Amino acid sequence: MSASYPIPGNKIRLTESFDAGFLEEPSFKAGSLDADGQIEQSISTPQQNAYSTNDQKAPAILSIKNFNVQAAGSTILKNINLEIPKGKITVLLGPSGCGKTTLLKCLNRLSDLHPSLKVNGKILIDGEDIFHPTQDLTKIRQKMGLLSQRPFPLPMSIYKNIAYGLKIKGIRDKKVIKEKVEKHLKDVGLWEEVKDRLHGPAARLSIGQQQRLCLARGLAVGPEIILADEPTSALDPISSRKIEEEFLRLKEDYTLIVVTHILRQARRLADHIVFMYFGEVIEQGTPDEIFNHPKSDILKQYLQSGH
Amino acid sequence: MQNRKILEEKFFLWLMRLVTLSIILVFLFIMGIIIKKGFHAMTWEMISQEPKGGFYFGKGGGILNAIVGSLYLALGSTFFGLLLGLPVALGMNVHWITKTRFVGALRFLLDALWGVPSIVFGAFGFALMAYLGLRASLLAGIITVTLFIVPIFIRAFDEVLRTVPEGLMEAAYSLGANKTQIAFTVFFRQALPGFITAILLAFGRGIGDAASVLFTAGYTDHIPQTIQDPTATLPLAIFFQLSSPIPEVKARAYAAALILTIIILIISVVSRLSTRRFKKNIL
Ligand SMILES: Nc1ncnc2c1ncn2[C@@H]1O[C@H](COP(=O)(O)OP(=O)(O)OP(=O)(O)O)[C@@H](O)[C@H]1O
Ligand SMILES: [Mg+2]
Repeated sequence: MSASYPIPGNKIRLTESFDAGFLEEPSFKAGSLDADGQIEQSISTPQQNAYSTNDQKAPAILSIKNFNVQAAGSTILKNINLEIPKGKITVLLGPSGCGKTTLLKCLNRLSDLHPSLKVNGKILIDGEDIFHPTQDLTKIRQKMGLLSQRPFPLPMSIYKNIAYGLKIKGIRDKKVIKEKVEKHLKDVGLWEEVKDRLHGPAARLSIGQQQRLCLARGLAVGPEIILADEPTSALDPISSRKIEEEFLRLKEDYTLIVVTHILRQARRLADHIVFMYFGEVIEQGTPDEIFNHPKSDILKQYLQSGH
Repeated sequence: MQNRKILEEKFFLWLMRLVTLSIILVFLFIMGIIIKKGFHAMTWEMISQEPKGGFYFGKGGGILNAIVGSLYLALGSTFFGLLLGLPVALGMNVHWITKTRFVGALRFLLDALWGVPSIVFGAFGFALMAYLGLRASLLAGIITVTLFIVPIFIRAFDEVLRTVPEGLMEAAYSLGANKTQIAFTVFFRQALPGFITAILLAFGRGIGDAASVLFTAGYTDHIPQTIQDPTATLPLAIFFQLSSPIPEVKARAYAAALILTIIILIISVVSRLSTRRFKKNIL
């Protein structure tokens, strides 16, 4: 990937007051190798900021601007401003109840299902506001594959679980569906385990297998972004590693946002880390910056108790 | 401490056994009485023929009219109840999920309706008949029983749907499914076994209720030929025959009760067996 070679002086500020207006420029959406390099050059700014990072050579695929979520008078997310770099793994860290799941769900507009949640602010994907009232929800949701904290296979066969999203997309050709099912099951390393019982119930799979099935199901709709909420919290170490390896492979083609409580996992996976506390983004940066040079006291405490 | 826990455990285990046993005993007792009193009247004639002249004085014939009438009535109203109830229940759990107040009010109303005695529905059906210009008929009976079982349908479906995990719904939404797709693929499948139980519950109430059909379905010795004919029903057949002073006729009332019970048992068993097939895909 183009992002791997260093360009001196290239620093993009990633702070709460960050104005990402330039990201909406059309030229910036071109994801080609050369274009990336040029864009990176052109946006290189010498600006310094306390919490700046230098791992951000990729353009943002998702920008969250002044995003707030309230429920029954209490604030769940407070003035979130984030840029999610394209083709990278962004890890969300933070203590339980700080709003990580809520943030992920909002990205997929699952907040619509909870009338008690009051949402304001903007989330732009490819320059389009996810929360725009006339937004095509199917399109927006299919741009992201959500892997929830617990796997929820649909009440149907393994095969149909993956075919489901394809059918929603309007793909009816049986042969195409069959190929895609096989491809995505192979992608998540589940094919060998289930190829003889594709038409058996998905609910009979082990939890680890279900989690991988859910990942395959999400990949099948052709998302750009994968949202994973503690994807390995219910898994044994070996299955967890499988998922992690899968994520690192998926990075080639997708952008990932991963919530985890496992700091080692964050280290292994993250290109960029966002630390949240009580609904606010406290600090963000590269794994090195976050783990080795934490700036805020809250993060220092969090890291200490986590080890 | 340890001892106390074991004792507690034992106590509740025995309590549970006792309660279970007493329920089984009560059931056997009821069945026993019905069988004892009705068995000798349980002839092939009873279930294969309409009443003949003098049937109510102990002469020949059977209660085929009531069996068929009850089945027509229960099937008809279950069908319409399903038709009305399923969309409302799906709506309450999928489409109007953000309108918590409305759904809450609706639940309350339906619960209240569930508690209304069936005779009240009978009286309402009777008034409705007069308004619509209907006479006592299968149609009027079906309308009344439908009204009576719709709240049961909706609330039973609703309770089943509420057990569908939120995460499952979110998973389907996150794949881009719309509300109707979710209602009919995810919810419907996940809830199917529960639905069948709900249908059974409503069917049982429909086939067994006497008060709602007392004024509305009428009573006749013939199997209804059209939906506008009056129809006999098993509960009323039991009621009329049981009020007779003639022992033969009384025995037939018990035989009719036995038939009603057997119909309900057959339906339960068949539906249990059929749900087993659907259960395999469920979380
Ligand atoms: N629909 C809702 N209505 C009201 N409050 C909510 C709702 N959803 C979440 N919350 C509250 O928002 C806060 C953040 O919850 P969230 O699930 O996002 O935390 P989290 O960071 O994912 O925690 P964990 O690491 O334990 O999963 C919690 O205090 C929770 O009670
Ligand atoms: Mg969470």
